[in-house]
Amino acid sequence: MIEFIVISFIKIAAVIGVMLTIVAYTVMLERWVCAWMQDRIGPNRVGPFGFLQPLADGVKLILKEDVLPHHVHKVLYTIGPTLVLMPALINIGVIPWGSNLPVFGRYIKGVIADLDIGILFIFAFAALSVYGIVLAGWASNSKYPFLGGIRSSAQMISYEVCLGLSVVPVFMQVGALNLSKVVEYQAAHSWLVLCQPVSFFIFLVSAFAETNRTPFDLPEAEQELVGGYNTEYSSMKFGMFFMGEYAAMFVMSALMVTLFFGGWSLPFAPFNAPATSLPVGLAHIGIFLAKVVALLFFYVWVRWTIPRFRYDQLMALGWKVFIPLTIVNIVFVGAVLALVVK
Amino acid sequence: MIVQRPKLTWWERTYLPQILAGLWLTLKHIPRRKFTRQYPEEKPLLYGDYRGAPVLVKDADGRVKCVSCQLCEFVCPPKAIRITPGFRPENRFDANVEKEPKDFVIDMLRCIYCGMCEEVCPEEAIFLKNDFAITGYKREELQFHKEKLLELGGVHDDKIWKWKNK
Repeated sequence: MIEFIVISFIKIAAVIGVMLTIVAYTVMLERWVCAWMQDRIGPNRVGPFGFLQPLADGVKLILKEDVLPHHVHKVLYTIGPTLVLMPALINIGVIPWGSNLPVFGRYIKGVIADLDIGILFIFAFAALSVYGIVLAGWASNSKYPFLGGIRSSAQMISYEVCLGLSVVPVFMQVGALNLSKVVEYQAAHSWLVLCQPVSFFIFLVSAFAETNRTPFDLPEAEQELVGGYNTEYSSMKFGMFFMGEYAAMFVMSALMVTLFFGGWSLPFAPFNAPATSLPVGLAHIGIFLAKVVALLFFYVWVRWTIPRFRYDQLMALGWKVFIPLTIVNIVFVGAVLALVVK
Repeated sequence: MIVQRPKLTWWERTYLPQILAGLWLTLKHIPRRKFTRQYPEEKPLLYGDYRGAPVLVKDADGRVKCVSCQLCEFVCPPKAIRITPGFRPENRFDANVEKEPKDFVIDMLRCIYCGMCEEVCPEEAIFLKNDFAITGYKREELQFHKEKLLELGGVHDDKIWKWKNK
C-alpha cells in the first residue's frame, strides 16, 4: 500500500513536470512555427536560440500586477482559470505514457491510474473545462467575455457529442474502454488510424473545437471579441487560461496518440510489446512523447494556416455533418464487425 | 456588377482541397529565407539623402564652416537650435572668417529632422546625417553642444573651398 502511494506520487510528479515543460515549450513552438511560416525568425533572444523564452514568459506573467476589476464576481472570477487548467491535469493521469518500467524486479505501469473506464473518465473531466470558460465569461461581467463564454458553452457541448460518438467504433473494435488495453491491441495488431480513418478524422476536427483552437477558436476570437472570455484577466490568472489551453491540447494529442497512433508502440520489435527491460520501457515513453509532440506541431501548423469559421458554419458542421457521419460510421463498423470479422 | 459564383464540386465543398493546399503552402514557408532584420546588430541600409540627426561639419582645412548667421535658428520649426554667436581670435589660422558660434546647441528632443536648417544654411555647415536612434538617460544628454555636433559631423568633402583664399 505504502509502496503504491510512493510510486504513484513519483509518477504524478514526473508526469506533471514533463507535461508542464512540454506545455511551456508548445507555446515556444507556436511562436517559432508561426514566425517561420510568416518568413520571420521568431523569439531568439533569451538564452541560446531563445530556448529560455518560456522561462522569461513565466517570470513576466507571475511578476505582473494581478488586477481584480471592481465589477467582477470575485469568487467565480478567481476559480474560473483553475477550472480550465484542472481537467487537463487530471486527465493526463489516465493516459498510458509507456508500457511498463521494470525497476528492481518490479513492473511499474506506465500510467498513473489504470482505469477500466479510461475514456469515459476523460470525457467526463474534459467536459468540465467548459465550466471554467463559461464561469470566467459570466463572472467578468462585461460584454465580450460574456459572448465568449456563451459561444464556448454551445461549441464545446456540441463537439463533446461528436468527440464521444466518433470514438465508439474504436472501442467496438478493441472491445475495452481501458486505454492501456487499446494501446496493447494496437501494438499487437495495427494502428487504429488505418482501420478507423473516419473516426480519426472526426475526432481530430472535434478535438480542435474542444480545445478552442483555430479554426474553431470562437470563444477567444481576438479580432471580434478582444480575447473573449479572458479579456478581463491579467497576470497569472491569464497565464492559467493560457496553460489550460495548451495543457488541453497536450491531453487531446496524447489521447489521439493513444487511440489512433498506437501510444507507446512502434510496429516492429521490441517496441510492439510491453517492455521487459528498463531501456525499452524508457524508449516507449520517448516514442509516446515524440508522437504527442508531432501532433502538437500539427495543431500549431493548422492554426497558422486556416482562418476562423463563422459561428453558424461551426454549428452546422458539428450537428449536420459530423454527428450523422459518426452515427453512420458506428453502424457501418458494427455491420462489418458482425458480418465480416465475426 | 454581378459576381458569378463558381459551381463547386462535391469534393471542393468539403473545404478539404483548400485546407490541404493551405497546409502545404505554410509548410513550404518554414525553410524559406527570413526577412527579419535583427535590429541593434543589423542596422537598416540608409541612403545618402537620409534625414537623420543634424550635425555640424568642418571643411578640409579644419575650419568650422558655421559662421553663426543664425538663419537655421530662425527657420527651425520646433526651435530646436540655439546659437551663441562669437568672433574668432585674430591670429588663428582660420581668422579670415570673422565669426563662428561660441556655442551651438541642438535639442535632439525637439528636432523633427525636417532638414530646413540644412536647406537654409548659406555656408553648407549643417547636414542631416544618418543617426536616427538618439537616446540618453537624461534630458541634458540630448542637448548636443558644438563639440559633440562637430565630432559627429566630421569633415565635409566640399568641392568649393570658399574661405581658402579670402
